[in-house]
Amino acid sequence: MLGNILYDLLFDYTLRTVALGTAALGLTSGILGSFAVLRKQSLLGDAIAHAALPGVALAFLLTGSRDPLLLVLGAALAGWLGALFVMGVTRQTRIKQDAALGVVLSVFFGFGMVLLTIIQRMPTASKAGLDRFLFGQAATLLARDVLTTAGLGSIAVTIVILLWKEFKLLSFDPAYTQSMGYPVQRLDVLLTTLTVIAIVVGLQTVGVVLMSAMLVAPAAAARQWTNRLEPMVLLSGTFGALVGVLGAITSAQVAQLPTGPTIVLYMSGVVLVSLMIAPERGVVAQLRRRRRQRVQFAAEVLTIHLLNHESGTNAEFETAIVHLQQHLQWDKEFAQRVTRWIVTNGLAERTDGHLRLTAYGRETARRAMTH
Amino acid sequence: MTDNGLALEIRDLTVAYQEKPVLWDIDLQVPKGVLMAIVGPNGAGKSTLIKAALGLVPAAAGQVLIHSRPYLQQRGLVGYVPQRGSVDWDFPTNALDVVLMGLYRQIGWIRRPRRREREMAMESLNTVGMADYADRQISQLSGGQQQRVFLARALVQDAQIYFMDEPFAGVDATTERAIIAVLRQLRDAGKTLIVVHHDLHTVSEYFDWLTLLNVRCIANGPIDDTFTSDNLRQTYGGRVAFITEDGELPDDRSRTDSKLIAA
Repeated sequence: MLGNILYDLLFDYTLRTVALGTAALGLTSGILGSFAVLRKQSLLGDAIAHAALPGVALAFLLTGSRDPLLLVLGAALAGWLGALFVMGVTRQTRIKQDAALGVVLSVFFGFGMVLLTIIQRMPTASKAGLDRFLFGQAATLLARDVLTTAGLGSIAVTIVILLWKEFKLLSFDPAYTQSMGYPVQRLDVLLTTLTVIAIVVGLQTVGVVLMSAMLVAPAAAARQWTNRLEPMVLLSGTFGALVGVLGAITSAQVAQLPTGPTIVLYMSGVVLVSLMIAPERGVVAQLRRRRRQRVQFAAEVLTIHLLNHESGTNAEFETAIVHLQQHLQWDKEFAQRVTRWIVTNGLAERTDGHLRLTAYGRETARRAMTH
Repeated sequence: MTDNGLALEIRDLTVAYQEKPVLWDIDLQVPKGVLMAIVGPNGAGKSTLIKAALGLVPAAAGQVLIHSRPYLQQRGLVGYVPQRGSVDWDFPTNALDVVLMGLYRQIGWIRRPRRREREMAMESLNTVGMADYADRQISQLSGGQQQRVFLARALVQDAQIYFMDEPFAGVDATTERAIIAVLRQLRDAGKTLIVVHHDLHTVSEYFDWLTLLNVRCIANGPIDDTFTSDNLRQTYGGRVAFITEDGELPDDRSRTDSKLIAA
């Protein structure tokens, strides 16, 4: 089975074409998506994708052509217009970005649906297959589609590499960037335009409804694994390309399975795993850290308790391990864990059922109290 | 235009958000080599004044001159320390990388930072006492440490005039001492520093020049001439009645009060 797939991937012309296309779009959207996510513009991608639909339909209506470059151009223009509209409204009026996004997304998308319906009713154009832009259909990808994706994608990625410093600075601290004399608005529009390109090249394959997932999900997953921008962007691009290929293969194996949802399902898996098990930022690591901190804090409390009762009249009673649960109101298991921690870390010694602070333990307790 | 010896000159500056003026007709003259505080109540337009001087918010009217020329021609002379809260500290980068950002203009388009720039950034981190944290992810730094990283990023620019938006806000005592020491060094090296400040009771100790601001410019000049109870009353309204005639704060209780009012 796996051998067959690998064989097809290398030698089956159709599958190879489709896989190359989905890999190129995954790579591009993963890279540009990192910046979109870091700039808190995840939702802008969604609005751009939806806004691109009327562009596709209009490009077809005006020219009657199904040339991928032309349709992508129409999509890009409409998506770009939508993005500029959101940015302009947010900057110039009191309307907040979320509202502007919502309006652009639904108005443009609604208009696109109307145009699609009209196209479908036209007798000559009924086979235009524009509805594949809704959920994406990789099986229909042709060599020239792939060339369009790869060509536009490489232009976008090359510009990101060349303007790496500037885009990084802009994403982290736009006000400072402007104070240094950079043309911030132009950089902003350029980066947004590249994001638009990354989105529209994927529309035919993934569809307008789910395309924003290709932008946001790889970046969100990649952020989990690293604290540096360079590896994050690389990893995000890799995730995008990988699930692109996986989605293409699956979609080719199962008849009538739309590519967009398949790719997005794979991507969700990657995100889920990253959210759970990534070191440091993963949920598991965080839970473990929180648990350790709780024990550590409890150990401090215990050293203070021991210090306070070390020389008192009821010292024998207060330092007895069996009484600890009662005094400190800890359940048995937790009390045992804290006791173990305190002994293994050399804060106290266990002698005939009692805990006695070491010199180091006393010092720790005093330090904890003065904080 | 001839050099009049002023680091910063602001003429008739008015800034409005949605037609509501936040700064009314500000006139300001700051000579070179002073350490100046901008002080005023909440909503007085302190941050806006800095941002307008840097061209980050558009002016409805007026003019800003840096070393006797319009700001746009003088960007290379200017260093900016934004409010710490203005960025997302979870951005995937480390302290050294943030400081390197201060050199991006110098490095130029397309080129990458090299060893020389890295060394300059390290040196700058060292100046603010943060050399040990160069590789630390910035979200793992304390507030005071983050503030010092921002300061180091501005220092590495080697500017002539620095604008700092509340560098002492929410920082620990160590950081406050470190920052004020660096600011004094800079002033002694002939640089001009313009600092939005909140804590009235350290104003006369830290600064030698003062601008009192409350939408209008109430006073501007050497600290001894401007830090008077009369001016403060005008700036803060009636709420500074506890300040004695010579502008000193008489006891600890009112010190706390003054902080509360200024906070």
